[in-house]
Amino acid sequence: MRRVAEVAATFALAFLVYLILTAFSGEVGLWSWEELIGGAALSFLVALASSRLLWERGGWRLLNPVRFATFLVYLVGPFLLAMAKANLDVAYRVITGRINPGIVRFNPGLKTDAGRTLLANSITLTPGTLTLEVDDATGDFYVHWINVSNVDPKPEDVCGSFPKWARVVAE
Amino acid sequence: MTILMYVFLGIGALFNGLGAVALHRFPDVYTRLHGATKCTTFGSIFSILAVVVYGAARGGPLGMSMVIRALLALVFLLLTNPTGSHALARAAHRAGIKPFRAVVDRLEEVGK
Repeated sequence: MRRVAEVAATFALAFLVYLILTAFSGEVGLWSWEELIGGAALSFLVALASSRLLWERGGWRLLNPVRFATFLVYLVGPFLLAMAKANLDVAYRVITGRINPGIVRFNPGLKTDAGRTLLANSITLTPGTLTLEVDDATGDFYVHWINVSNVDPKPEDVCGSFPKWARVVAE
Repeated sequence: MTILMYVFLGIGALFNGLGAVALHRFPDVYTRLHGATKCTTFGSIFSILAVVVYGAARGGPLGMSMVIRALLALVFLLLTNPTGSHALARAAHRAGIKPFRAVVDRLEEVGK
């Protein structure tokens, strides 16, 4: 039963992405018959192949629409702002060549895979910081930082409000 | 609309160009990854926004499908780019490449 639910949920998600991708292609609503049939077949194959991995470690909680809404707010608000600021900072370093790199360790105290992935990807997407490794057991982050101001930083020094948001969105 | 599109294209080209400059100026693989993957992501976001503006201005089914596909491309870019650069950096560290002039290397200390 659990297996059926896993496959069904994966199929629904994959098909939804396919529908968005092929919107405005024809006469059945927004889609053409070819796209609907082909998309359903492909989504089913994807569901069979990947459903086991997708829900294995607490993926169900992420289907909550409140989490999606907070995620979107985070993406267009604090994240985009931090990314723009960091881009200008790195642009300045590219031109002047003033760098002070190093690999630092800090522990943001996130427990779940989803929260850690979200934070690690946010850190990597922000220029100037690059996640090298996350310790599965302790939750320690190892981050390559282009301008080390403190060899034992707090999470806020490296990535600002990201850990707080990651906790709200994914944990 | 056209002006907005050209502004987005200009910002995109500027940051993509900076990414290319960073590739030459920075000393080692990790700092180069900062420039080459992150500046270009920011530049590509603006290039994609230019396509979105163009599609919205054009309108009709063709224009709308351009908008939607460009936005989906943006989503996948934001998902895959950090994963890819993380994998490259981690592989480089595992292969034993030391960060150039690093003031601290905690990952080396724990021996992973």
